Amino acid sequence: MNNLLSIFIVMAIINNMIISKFLGLCPFFGVSKKISNAVSMGVAVTLVMFIASLATSVIYNFILVPFSIEFMNIVIYILVIASLVQIVELIIKRTNINLYNALGIYLPLITTNCAVLGIALINAKEGYSIIESIVSALGAGVGFTLMLVIMSGIREKLEVSDCPKSMRGLPIAFITAALLALAFMGFSGMM
Amino acid sequence: MVQNEINGKQFWKEFVKGIVISNPVFVLALGLCPTLAITSSLSNALGMSAGVIFVLLCSNIIISSMRKIIPDMVRIPVFIVIIATFVTILSLVFQAYLPPLYESLGIYLALIVVNCIILGRAEVFASKNSVLLSILDALGIGIGFTLALVIISFIREILGTGSLSIFGKVLFKLPVLSESPMAFFILPPGAFLVIGLVLALFRWLGVIKNE
Repeated sequence: MNNLLSIFIVMAIINNMIISKFLGLCPFFGVSKKISNAVSMGVAVTLVMFIASLATSVIYNFILVPFSIEFMNIVIYILVIASLVQIVELIIKRTNINLYNALGIYLPLITTNCAVLGIALINAKEGYSIIESIVSALGAGVGFTLMLVIMSGIREKLEVSDCPKSMRGLPIAFITAALLALAFMGFSGMM
Repeated sequence: MVQNEINGKQFWKEFVKGIVISNPVFVLALGLCPTLAITSSLSNALGMSAGVIFVLLCSNIIISSMRKIIPDMVRIPVFIVIIATFVTILSLVFQAYLPPLYESLGIYLALIVVNCIILGRAEVFASKNSVLLSILDALGIGIGFTLALVIISFIREILGTGSLSIFGKVLFKLPVLSESPMAFFILPPGAFLVIGLVLALFRWLGVIKNE
């Protein structure tokens, strides 16, 4: 139990997907200008990460390892993730149309979100069991959502702030991310 | 595109555009994950660039030569499988012949699959143009990517370690900085700071247009 809790906290805060592993930067810099969008995107990514980690760790532990074809994991994982995203999209569309409208445009983008494939590869690399993989995916998802929300709050303010012309937009967002990452590095002494 | 319009000038244009005008990292802001993650040393940056150029070139060649037979409906999955195949080949080759580089690139080597630059070029360029043009496009974009990675890793390695080395060979050492290096630049926040400042500098100099 203690081990699972530490995996969760490490993935959520210390080895945060965005600011320490640099995964999922496209939505971080592209989408996050409104807090409500950031929350929707974060929830969608967490959901897909959770399901994808479950599926990929089952495949890894019961198919790839017994047949010793671990090198095939890249091709298999990307296919599994792409089809899972399609299935999740269909299910949400049929069951909850409001949620679908809120998440709508973000779902297809998640296939090429490196955070989802990243978490599957990290789980395989660390040799996590199925339960540990799920917990690490949830931690990563929570950390991802947290960062997206913090950044979108800051960027709402940045939009109206008066900064030098050549710094506007992406450069100032990068520098903000640098300061955020520096602040979060303080947590690395926790574990 | 009419066949006889293609001449030397257009070849040159397709090649050069990826380097400055639509530089994948600085202008289009694509492929940021590897750009920030592995630029802590120049060797890693060069290894990553070589990998991306290989995958981009091979996938562009295959996709542009098969563009007439890939059904439109399933083109994205087909592209992804083609790209994933080349990334698997690349990671096996690195694992066999360059184990230190393979270790230091870690999961980012496998993540070339979801690098938006490669899928982007497949979708926007290779699926619509001839093989020769796609090769030039891949080389141009690849060199643009390499240039961005080399600039960022050069700054980060010099400030972060006080010296510069390529594949284990130390090129030079700065007198004061190598004794007390600014380790901040090797760490994740340094990556964000350097790319932000480099981007702002290029905009200020007018190399890249403002938003």
